[in-house]
Amino acid sequence: MTRHVVAKAEEIQAGTCKIVTVKGREIGIFKVGDDFYGLINRCPHQGAPLCRGEIVSRLVAPTPGDYRLTRPGEMIRCPWHCWEYDIRTGQSLCDPNSVHARAFDVAVEPGKTLVEGPFVAESVQVTVEESYLVVTM
Amino acid sequence: MADPSGDSPTDHHLTGAIDCDVHPAVPTTRALLPYFDDYWREHVLRRGLERENFEPSSYPVNAPINGRPDWHLPSGPPGSSLQALQSHLLDRLRPSRAICNVIHGAQVMLSEDLSAAFCRALNNWIKAEWLDRDPRLRASIVVPPHSAELAVEEIERIAPDHRFVQVQLLAMAELPLGRRQNWPIYKAAEAHGLPIGIHAGSSFRHPPSALGWPSYYLEDYVSQAQGFQAALNSLVSEGVFVKFPDLKVVLIESGVTWLPASLWRLDKTWRGVRAEVPWLEQQPTETVRKHVRLTMQPFDAPPTEKQLQTLLEQLGSDRMLLFSSDYPHWHFDGDDALPSGLSAELIQKICVDNPLETYPRLKDPALKETT
Repeated sequence: MTRHVVAKAEEIQAGTCKIVTVKGREIGIFKVGDDFYGLINRCPHQGAPLCRGEIVSRLVAPTPGDYRLTRPGEMIRCPWHCWEYDIRTGQSLCDPNSVHARAFDVAVEPGKTLVEGPFVAESVQVTVEESYLVVTM
Repeated sequence: MADPSGDSPTDHHLTGAIDCDVHPAVPTTRALLPYFDDYWREHVLRRGLERENFEPSSYPVNAPINGRPDWHLPSGPPGSSLQALQSHLLDRLRPSRAICNVIHGAQVMLSEDLSAAFCRALNNWIKAEWLDRDPRLRASIVVPPHSAELAVEEIERIAPDHRFVQVQLLAMAELPLGRRQNWPIYKAAEAHGLPIGIHAGSSFRHPPSALGWPSYYLEDYVSQAQGFQAALNSLVSEGVFVKFPDLKVVLIESGVTWLPASLWRLDKTWRGVRAEVPWLEQQPTETVRKHVRLTMQPFDAPPTEKQLQTLLEQLGSDRMLLFSSDYPHWHFDGDDALPSGLSAELIQKICVDNPLETYPRLKDPALKETT
């Protein structure tokens, strides 16, 4: 397992996603609220670029007609077949026990720590003054 | 299930079974006259309605499938004689119970009030002339399906008699069955522990085929399976089983083998459009396995036992199938009312365990003296 610096923290605004490449694999880095999450950019259904889908909310209804919008901006909807996944965990809504998108922890580290290593900075220039997103894989 | 006496020539694996679909037929509309109230009897007589027979055109009497040759009667439509039902079925296959489902034009009449009056007469008739005369018989409550209000009134009137074990609707009515206008019927049924029995048939407000009116009975008959698929899709998608979590639905004379493929499509599509029906939190198939049951005649069995096993695996539940003879309809000859290739364990479930689970009123201790 290696720690990879994938982006400056300030590059990704809340409610958006940046797709980065780590060890040849594309990973979507999402900011939900103040927190960052990583999902492999591959839908477990048929391999679509999952993280290029729409970021959506979780629509629920405890009973027909009782519509509730929950967890705004916390779901990603696959661009091919519209299966929904929890950005925080990769868990699917349609088959939560067996369909998961692979999730990665994303840590925010100050540049000061990172310049002391060990880490791999993939096309990201690290300076001591800023904060960075670090994926371990 | 075997008869302990063991001395009957007809003692076999169906002895003690619960037959979930038999069809008493109204011999003539005149036979119903005593069972109308004064107002509606007068109405029927003034209009000369007692001269009509109100056979639903989904079930033309001369179609061979609607009357097994050896179950025809010297007079009257097949199924119109209790004595014949007893000798053809009850005393021969010796089921412990048989659930009477009356199929009658009352269910498709355009006047809601006339429909309700005929349904009241039918329920009174089935009670007096069938249930009161053979303790093995149970019945479904016939209701005017196009008025939820009047249907609920009739359910409330009849429900105290626990020999009525189900509320009966037709698969193809004015509206898809899941629509909210129908929900009062489901609410009342659930409250009384009555499953909704959805029988093949159409009120012919719409063509039985989604393409338009067919030319032939063949098309009409085969299209029934599409009607059932649409009815089931409607019930699931509208969230009837979320709103009424204790409700069970029995598809009667629906055939069975169309179901796995239909559910596969329902599940697959739901995965992509789940947010449109957010009350459906689990795969539709799981909901159907929990809430939906199917009678076994006609079964549309595949030709080999191996294929039958595949089909049963695709159904994915051994709790969904209910034994039925569909008397007097002609789906089997002799006593071979079940497809071959079923395990003894599954036969026990189909014939006894599943019906008892589906119809809680069959276990009603108040009726013990009739067992």
